[in-house]
Amino acid sequence: MHIVDGALSNPVLLGGAALAVGGIAMGLKKLPLERIPAAGVLSASFFVASLIHVPIGPSSVHLILNGLAGLVLGWAAFPALFVGLLLQAVFFGFGGLTVLGVNAVNIAGPAVLAGLIFGRLVARGSPMQGAIWGGLGGGFAIAATTLAVAFSLALSGDEFIPAAKLVFVAHIPVIVIEALLSGAAIFLARRVKPELFAGSKGGWT
Amino acid sequence: MTYVLTGEDKPLTGFGALRAAVSSLDPRMRIVMTVIYAITVVALDDLRVLSGALILSMWLLAISGLPFQKTLKRMAMMDGFIIFTLILLPFTMPGTPMFSVFGFDATWEGLWRATEIALTANAVILAVMTLVGSMEPVTMGHALFALKTPERLVHLMMFTIRYIDVLREEYLRLRTSMKLRGFRPGTNWHTYRSYGYLVGMMLVRAIERSERILAAMKCRGFSGRIVLLEEFRLTRTDVMFAGAMVLALAALIWAEVAYAAA
Repeated sequence: MHIVDGALSNPVLLGGAALAVGGIAMGLKKLPLERIPAAGVLSASFFVASLIHVPIGPSSVHLILNGLAGLVLGWAAFPALFVGLLLQAVFFGFGGLTVLGVNAVNIAGPAVLAGLIFGRLVARGSPMQGAIWGGLGGGFAIAATTLAVAFSLALSGDEFIPAAKLVFVAHIPVIVIEALLSGAAIFLARRVKPELFAGSKGGWT
Repeated sequence: MTYVLTGEDKPLTGFGALRAAVSSLDPRMRIVMTVIYAITVVALDDLRVLSGALILSMWLLAISGLPFQKTLKRMAMMDGFIIFTLILLPFTMPGTPMFSVFGFDATWEGLWRATEIALTANAVILAVMTLVGSMEPVTMGHALFALKTPERLVHLMMFTIRYIDVLREEYLRLRTSMKLRGFRPGTNWHTYRSYGYLVGMMLVRAIERSERILAAMKCRGFSGRIVLLEEFRLTRTDVMFAGAMVLALAALIWAEVAYAAA
């Protein structure tokens, strides 16, 4: 899902950077000092979770779980996922530097959106109901990320449109898997630690 | 942190500390120069000039003292991710046909565009990995703070860096216990549910761990201030290095303009 340096046009890069700064500022505003350890540890666990490879047929996909991050962290998912992207670019060489803003918007934007739409629903009702909403949220976020990636490529040049379409089709199985996994993760968390979710009463945010 | 991905042995000095020659340079200067370098290279279009930029990045890697092969291997991993988009480009960009596969024309324009992206991406990421990636992650945090990054963002980053390693070990422990109970991943509902529970359990443990961390920090009077352990100082070597980089970048821009005019 990472776009690299050199592929996007300058207006797209600048727009992405501006939106990312806004998202980070908003996320930090909603993150009091007391909550920073929790956000940091959760940010680290999403980083580790993204290293998990899940088998699918003869191949495997790695998880992104940005929807789950949004459901748990709310607005704070923006800076948390941005930090993950920054560390990946600097220490692992994934992605790039000038595209950091665009990548953050593409991945963290849908995460926050999923949190805003599904956050309360996940924390309400029975664990099973929460899991279903969570699965929807997880699938929604990754689908939105794929669309956003396709959109930023298509905005930069018509020559990318076929590639952008292909990216979306190729990610349909990933969307399904992320939805299933997010649902299962939420089912367990709702039973073990209901206050984990941003939308729950007495939750950590 | 690098061993999280590569599975290498843990360095004794903590997180991915690589003993590199560039380590003696001021981290703030390295970050600023890397950003300037990335912006300049992304603005370049000419393939000859971009090749020059890649050579400059290689030279940075050579003087940095980082392990050559390992760094290049990591760069090649990124190429693996983008290769499909790049291969598609010659077929999707209109222009002079080069050859055709199953009735699809590959164009020269598309090939040049793909080469341009590959050169830019590699030149930038190589410079980022050598100049910034060679830092201790904690040093990077402090340097970013010294460069006026919001304090809370730096705190969030430091926490993330600190706990990636701890949580990865927790993840491996959970995986071991799954294995002991006879879990074999495959393409089925049971696998996806188990992985979901695994992620859920990691989150639950993470939030419980963060409660203990917060209690321990409160106990020690944490107030949200970042205490810098070392003072960054700009030495003559730093100024000379920055000057050389600026000259090299100016030469690249000059070449781009000269080629464009020709």
